[in-house]
Order: sequence, then C-alpha cells, then structure tokens
Amino acid sequence: MEFKDAFGLFNYWIVIVLMMTGLYIVVSRGNLVKKIVGLNIFQTSVFLLYISMGKVTGGTAPILTGKPEVFSNPLPHVLILTAIVVGIATTALGLALVVRIKNAYNSIEEDEIQKLDLAAENEVDEPGARP
Amino acid sequence: MISAHLPILQVIVPLIAAPLSAFCRRAGVAWYLSLVICAVSFAISIALLIQVLEEGHISYLLGSWAAPWGIEYRVDVVNAFVLMIISGIGTAVLPYARTSIAAEIEPHNQALFYTAYLLCLTGLLGMVITGDAFNAFVFLEISSLSTYALVALGAGTDRRALSAAYTYLVMGTIGATFFVIGIGLVYMMTGTLNMADLAARLQGLEHNRTVLVAFAFIVTGIGLKLALFPMHLWLPNAYAFAPSAVTVFLAATATKAAVYLLLRFLFTVFGIDYHILGLTMTWLFTPLALAAMFAASTVAIFQVELKRMLAYSSVAQIGYMVLGMSFLSVTGLTATIIHLFNHALMKGALFMVLGAIVLRQGAATFNTIRGLGRKMPWTMAAFVTGGLSLIGVPLTVGFVSKWYLVAAALESGRWPLAVLIVLSSLLAVIYVWRVVEAAYLEEPPADSKATEAPLSMLVPTWILIAANIYFGVDAGLTSRIASAGARLLLGVAQ
Repeated sequence: MEFKDAFGLFNYWIVIVLMMTGLYIVVSRGNLVKKIVGLNIFQTSVFLLYISMGKVTGGTAPILTGKPEVFSNPLPHVLILTAIVVGIATTALGLALVVRIKNAYNSIEEDEIQKLDLAAENEVDEPGARP
Repeated sequence: MISAHLPILQVIVPLIAAPLSAFCRRAGVAWYLSLVICAVSFAISIALLIQVLEEGHISYLLGSWAAPWGIEYRVDVVNAFVLMIISGIGTAVLPYARTSIAAEIEPHNQALFYTAYLLCLTGLLGMVITGDAFNAFVFLEISSLSTYALVALGAGTDRRALSAAYTYLVMGTIGATFFVIGIGLVYMMTGTLNMADLAARLQGLEHNRTVLVAFAFIVTGIGLKLALFPMHLWLPNAYAFAPSAVTVFLAATATKAAVYLLLRFLFTVFGIDYHILGLTMTWLFTPLALAAMFAASTVAIFQVELKRMLAYSSVAQIGYMVLGMSFLSVTGLTATIIHLFNHALMKGALFMVLGAIVLRQGAATFNTIRGLGRKMPWTMAAFVTGGLSLIGVPLTVGFVSKWYLVAAALESGRWPLAVLIVLSSLLAVIYVWRVVEAAYLEEPPADSKATEAPLSMLVPTWILIAANIYFGVDAGLTSRIASAGARLLLGVAQ
C-alpha cells in the first residue's frame, strides 16, 4: 500500500485506534466511571466510521441549489444522530447506576464491589443452608 | 381501514402508553393502563399472525415512503409468531406483576416500573417487526436501556441488582455497538439498510472482505445480546437480582427477540448460500451450543439461589436453540423456532413460581423452600410440572422441542449429537430433582408461616402451565407455524 492510500484511509485508522482504546479501557479499568468513559470512546469511534463513509470526495453539503454539484451522502450522518442520542442515554443511565452503586456499596471500584457481593453470596452458601 | 395499519399499531400503542403511564402518580392506574395496552398488543399480534398465515407476508411502509428508501415493517410467519410470544407473555406477566411489584419495589418507583416495562415491550416488538437493519438497532437499544432500568429496580430488595444492571449495561452496549458496526459495514458495501434489499445486493459480494467482517461483527454483537455461551456472563446476575416479575418477562422474551434477530440476519440477509455460513455453524455454533448445554447445566446444579439456577438453565436452553439452527435444515430450524415458544412458556411459568416463593418467604433458596410442597401445594405443583417440561418429558412442550432437535440431529447423520441432547436433558433432571427433594421430602421448619401464593399470581402461573401441557399434547398448530417459518427462512418451497 502506498503512503497516499494509507493517508486516504486516515479516518478509518483513527476509528480503529479509538475503538480499540475504548474497548481496552472498558476491559482493563476497575473504576466504574472510567469504564463508562471507555464505552463512550468506543461508541464515538462508530460515529466517526459512519460519518466518514458518507463523505464523497469533493462533495458538498446536500442542499439543492439548482447548480450541478456533487453531494455527500447525508443518510449515515442522520443515522448517527440517532446513535448519538442512544449513546447519551446509555451514558446517562450508566452514570445514574454508578451513583446508586456508590450510595449502596460506598465504592465505585469493581474489585471492591465484587468482594462485597461475594461475601453476600457466601452468607447464603453457608453449610446449613444446603439441603 | 385500521387493519391495514396493524403493523405500526403493534409498536406505537405501547410506545405512546409508556410516557402516559409515567404521568400516573398511582401505581394502580399505571397498572390498569399497562394491562389494557398489553392486551391490545396481544390482540394485534394474533390478528397479524392470522393474516400472515392466510395471505403470506405483509409489507407496511412507514409514512408511505417506498422501500428500500423508507423504513419498511415486514411481517411474515417467523416474526408474527415471535411477536405473538412477546406480547402474549407481556400480557400474562402483568396480572402477576401487580402483587409481586408492590412487594419488591419502593412505592415511588412502582408507577415508573410500568413505564419501563411498556418501553421494553415496545423495543422488543419493534426489533422483531422491522424490516430495516438500522431501525432494528434503535429498537434493540430501546429495549436494552429499559431492561437495564428494570433490572436495577431490584435494588429495593438487594443492592446486587445495581452491579448486575451495570454489568449488563456495559456488555449489552458493547454487543449493540458491534451490531451497529456490522450494519455500517454492509451499508458501506450496498448502500441500503432494508433487509430484503440488503439480501439482494449482497449477492455477488460474498467474498468481499468488508462483508465478511460485517458478518463477524453482527454475529458477535447479537451473540452477546442472546447470551450465547461464553458471552452469557451478564445473564445469571441480571436474572437473579431483577424484581421477580421482570425476571419472568426477560427470561421469556428478551433472549427470544435476540435469537429471532440472529435468524433474520443469518438466513434472510446473508442467506443460506453465504459461503461461510456452514463453516460458522459447524465450527462455531455447534461447539458453543454444546458447551452451553453442558457447562451451564452443570453450573446450574451447584447453585443455591433458585433464580440463578434457572438463569443458568436459560443459558443451556439458548444452547438448544442455537444447536437447532446449526443443522441448517428445515427440521433444525423448526426446532429452534418452536423452542422459542416452548421455552417462553416453561421458563415464564418456572420464574413465576420463584416469584411467588420470594413473595411468601423473602427469598427463593434451597433453605427457604424446605417443605413448601405442603405449605404451598399449588405453587410447588406448578414448579414440578414446569420442571418436567424443562426436562422434556412427553406430553409437555419440552418434549416437542427435544423431539424436533433429536430428529434434526439424526436427519443430518450426526447421531452423537442426538445422544448429547438426551444426556444434557439428564442434567436438567438433577437440578429439578434437587428442588423437588427440598420441597416435598424435607420437613418444613417448625416456625414456618408460609401460606399459598395469592390467586393473582397463581392464575397466570397456571395459565402458562396449562399452555405447557396443551401445546405439548397437541403440538399441531405450533409445529405447523414453526415449520412454515423454517421453510421461509431457508427459502424452501412450502
């Protein structure tokens, strides 16, 4: 692949970098807020993917002026407006859950919460409880 | 003519009712509204199913914008059947939910519960009825977001509901985002989002690498949503800590809608001739389905909490559905589609029993059900019947599903799979027997004040149990619909 071609795919390289960064943050961080941020970056990469694919080289915004012009495809941009709304709703709900978790567990670290959950499970699991 | 607009009414009626119920300050009013709306949805879905069985598929153009530019709702035998399952369970859960929700959710949240419930129903119905790939994503997210909220409502009794909802949110969002990446990639290659149009335009692009990647993203994304082993990790906790009525609804409908979406994409969009479909089925779906059937059933045996035990059993049952489709034959797909219905009936009934035990005993563990066979005879009898259906005993719907699965395995010449299907059923015998043993053979604690569950919970439970037996004895109707659906998906003449 020539340098020019690789540069022409610049947007897509960024999409992949953002996607992997986001996924990595979700998997590797134990802090629940950071996980939501990672999820956001992950979703943003998809917005960029859709927006990039709608772009036509030399194309302008799809507003009819009567002159013969090349237009970019507006559909992916419209689709991604919907996806952005979904992303905001997910973030809002995720952060609301984190607030509730903080109130209930007094922690937003995944490993501490797991420890507390495990302790609760062992309480049910005590020998006398088994049939 | 109102009947011409049934497809859109199916989705829009619960969608409009959802914010209305949010304005109801009193939970009772919201409950009445939801019950009426769900019954209307159920009636619409039955009307659609009858219409589809008589006239073939229905195509509804939203706002009269011609497909493939506008959004098309396309109803055929397969999704009309799934719509009927979802709205039917949605209606059956509501009479049950009132008592259960009143006991498990804080009073100020009860009216909002019905809002989230109706939204979840809207999302599930929408993703099943739509013929547009991106529209399916939007409805998938509507149902998912409301599901996260529904699961988190369990925090009134156990804070672990919050962490379960959070995990589900993270995993569900990753799954949905993978799905939308896949849709974006196929859109890139074809310039269309209409499923039927996609199928036509993907012809000749089989070996295109972008389409291959899209296939992988879509299968993985939906796989996460349907809790395909080993992507099931969100499911057990979400089911175990959600309010009981939510568990009944989710276990009977949510994964079904995801299985439907997978069927639709694999067989309608990519098509039976897609060159890596066979490969995916043989080397990915068959082993994962078998792993789900055995690993999840084994884990279920060692659970102490009954809700979590049945949740693992659900993962195993999803294995059966995936195994059915992996045969790529009419009998196999018939098994998958009929099991969507049968599993909704049996798991719905079983989780309803657990909800009744939670109401009376505060929790459903092997400790709290000791001797309940005498204290709550009707409830526990329902569990036994539902359990027999789960195992696949003749005269129950479970047997019908297993029959088609084994037939499909033998038909494809892979008899070891038939043996494995029967063996995995034996694992179900163990975990159902553990409950029977604790409930019937052990003495109730001397200070036990357990009484029979209220009628509002028993009646819906027994309606589902009766359906388990009715459709087990006379499987003519369901198997006729399921095999018509299988032929449609595979493109085989009726």
